[in-house]
Amino acid sequence: MTTLAEPPRHQFQLDANRTAADGDRRAAVRKALHNYSSARDKTGATFNDWKSARNAASAIKHEAVNHLDRYLEEFESKFTARGGKVFWASDSKQARDYIIDLAKRKSVRAIVKSKAMTGEEIHLNQALLEEGFGVVESDLGEYIQQLKGEAPYHFVFPCMHLRRDEISDLFHKELGTAKTDSPEELTMIARRVLRRAYIDADMGISGGNFIVAETGMISITENEGNARLTVGLPKIHVALIGIEKVVPRLADLALFLPMLATAGTGQHMTGYNSMYGGPRQPGELDGPEEFHVILLDNHRTRLLADPEQRDALHCIRCGACLNVCPIFKNIGGHAYGTTYQGPIGSVITPHFRGLEDWKHLSGASSLCGACTETCPVGIDIHHHLLHNRRNAAAQKPAKGEQLLWKAFAFLMQRPALYRLASRFAPLGSLLHPLVSGSPLDPVRSWTSTREFPHAPMRSFRDQFREHQAAKKGVASSGTQQGAKR
Amino acid sequence: MPCRAIHISGTHPMRVTLFVPCFIDSLYPNVGMSMVRVLEHLGHSVEFPEEQTCCGQPPFNSGYWDEARAVASKQLDVFKNAEIILSGSGSCGAMFKVFYPELFHGHDREAEAKALSAKTWEFSEFLVNKLGVKDVGARFDGKATFHDGCHGLRELGTKHAPRELLSHVKGLELVEMSEAETCCGFGGTFAVKYPQISTAMAEVKCNSICETKADFVISNDSSCLMQIGGWLDRNIGSVKCLHLAEVLASR
Repeated sequence: MTTLAEPPRHQFQLDANRTAADGDRRAAVRKALHNYSSARDKTGATFNDWKSARNAASAIKHEAVNHLDRYLEEFESKFTARGGKVFWASDSKQARDYIIDLAKRKSVRAIVKSKAMTGEEIHLNQALLEEGFGVVESDLGEYIQQLKGEAPYHFVFPCMHLRRDEISDLFHKELGTAKTDSPEELTMIARRVLRRAYIDADMGISGGNFIVAETGMISITENEGNARLTVGLPKIHVALIGIEKVVPRLADLALFLPMLATAGTGQHMTGYNSMYGGPRQPGELDGPEEFHVILLDNHRTRLLADPEQRDALHCIRCGACLNVCPIFKNIGGHAYGTTYQGPIGSVITPHFRGLEDWKHLSGASSLCGACTETCPVGIDIHHHLLHNRRNAAAQKPAKGEQLLWKAFAFLMQRPALYRLASRFAPLGSLLHPLVSGSPLDPVRSWTSTREFPHAPMRSFRDQFREHQAAKKGVASSGTQQGAKR
Repeated sequence: MPCRAIHISGTHPMRVTLFVPCFIDSLYPNVGMSMVRVLEHLGHSVEFPEEQTCCGQPPFNSGYWDEARAVASKQLDVFKNAEIILSGSGSCGAMFKVFYPELFHGHDREAEAKALSAKTWEFSEFLVNKLGVKDVGARFDGKATFHDGCHGLRELGTKHAPRELLSHVKGLELVEMSEAETCCGFGGTFAVKYPQISTAMAEVKCNSICETKADFVISNDSSCLMQIGGWLDRNIGSVKCLHLAEVLASR
């Protein structure tokens, strides 16, 4: 895990510069994401009309997010009617304390956890370990990252940056297993450890992909079956879910499950889609005896209070925006230093953790818009990066930069002055080779890696003026000739 | 013989007002002149208000919207009487067309910003979708690939028009690159604030260009070409950048 010894902005620069120079890793990530794109395009094409599906999904999430109070309470009343417990956590501390207190009261010894980004968000594993509880991540990618002592690289594909031999070496070092190049063997190694963990655990912790208000259920989507075992085997279950995950009706999942699978991994449907409505009911043979759902706010209501960016709460955490983002592809997930990487992370992190500390992520974008184009629920992601930049400049302008833009605006409002200034461009071009690449070079951050164009002697203005004059000349001589005839 | 090319465009002669972004004015004048030649060849009159400066995108993208609005206000004055505004850069065109209405939202000049937006066209969109021109009578011998500038592609929705025009250029072989829609990494001030990330993106773009074995890379956005050309000239040297208008003006 990236330790933030430096302020987030400096750490980001350091990490991004390092990873952007790692050609091999970038190529591997690009290849993996290219395969994803092909699969996504293929399954996306099987929707009758992907555009309409997006509009429908966006409308449903808009309805849900704008009536969170109603739908979350509807969920709560139905879920608790079946014996489930619901805890509303305002912040990460409340959520952590609830889980730790529960584990202590129930004399929990071992915990197994299926993939939950909310867990990463509230630093749950660390808190549990500090309290003396053993926690094992059961999603294969998350398990690998846990063994490695690293945060997930991508919130859907936690270890997508690792090569097979690196995973084999990790298992060899941490578990003492023989090195292998076979994905099946590597999976079997993890499976042997994990099967034991499910049986030993007396508490399971999961996230949740959707909260269904109408039926009082949570929906979990996964490809490995590990979430089913995490929920099904231990006697206590805790699901930690962000409040924005609610949808009004069960029928909404008929759209969202295939959409999440398509946008997230390029599958028609994810391998396992489970609905949970509470603890084991009388007469049932399996399932946890206690089922707790923690509804996590943790500053989501701050985002809710911002009408301009509220649609960021539509996010279903499919990760599609990361998969198409040229910044993500070139700097990787760890450089962001956030729980949620990529474009959507750059939008929401300033709301969750403070604009001043995290505004640089909104600046570190070419605003290409690939994220917005791909987002299945129609979040205006790249424009929100612009909004964050505007809000940051209004909240606390960077003095030097503000002065620069004031001077720029002064110049650009005065055409005569601007024309005079641009007269110096050819001279600048002529003299530039003398300082190019040196500390005196005014465009050094450009010329350190790229050539700067040469300014011709005659600008467009000059050439157009001559062109018009020449045309006038031709026209007048043409008229004279015509008159002679 | 006046109106010599009306039969090509099939439309009435129009008064077209050029918006030539500051960097095209100083660094790529031939792009602007090529637009002039193509439009005049089609029988339209071209004007260039000398008072124009910059669209205001640099401060806008940096978050300094008051300063951007001051610059943009100047352009609202300059282009007040234009009938059609044509931009040779998808990015600056997007600033006029998409971002001015947002920048002036709730301000005095909102209606003027919307009016300016409505009469602004990206060059290729104007030719194909306003004038209905597919063949401008150009000839250009060479193998080329096309780069979709992000602002043109995703803010203005320009994808088909430049390809339609290029498909009718005699002698031109157009090959698509796999990363045609991938950002080149320019992004305005991003390119100098985060040069390492920007350059990594340029490298991906340019490798994709080189894979096509094309001799030329064409785009409808000179800002992207500054980035692509900057990387190619430093690292490759043999592939040349051309603006769409320069190809269409070739005879």
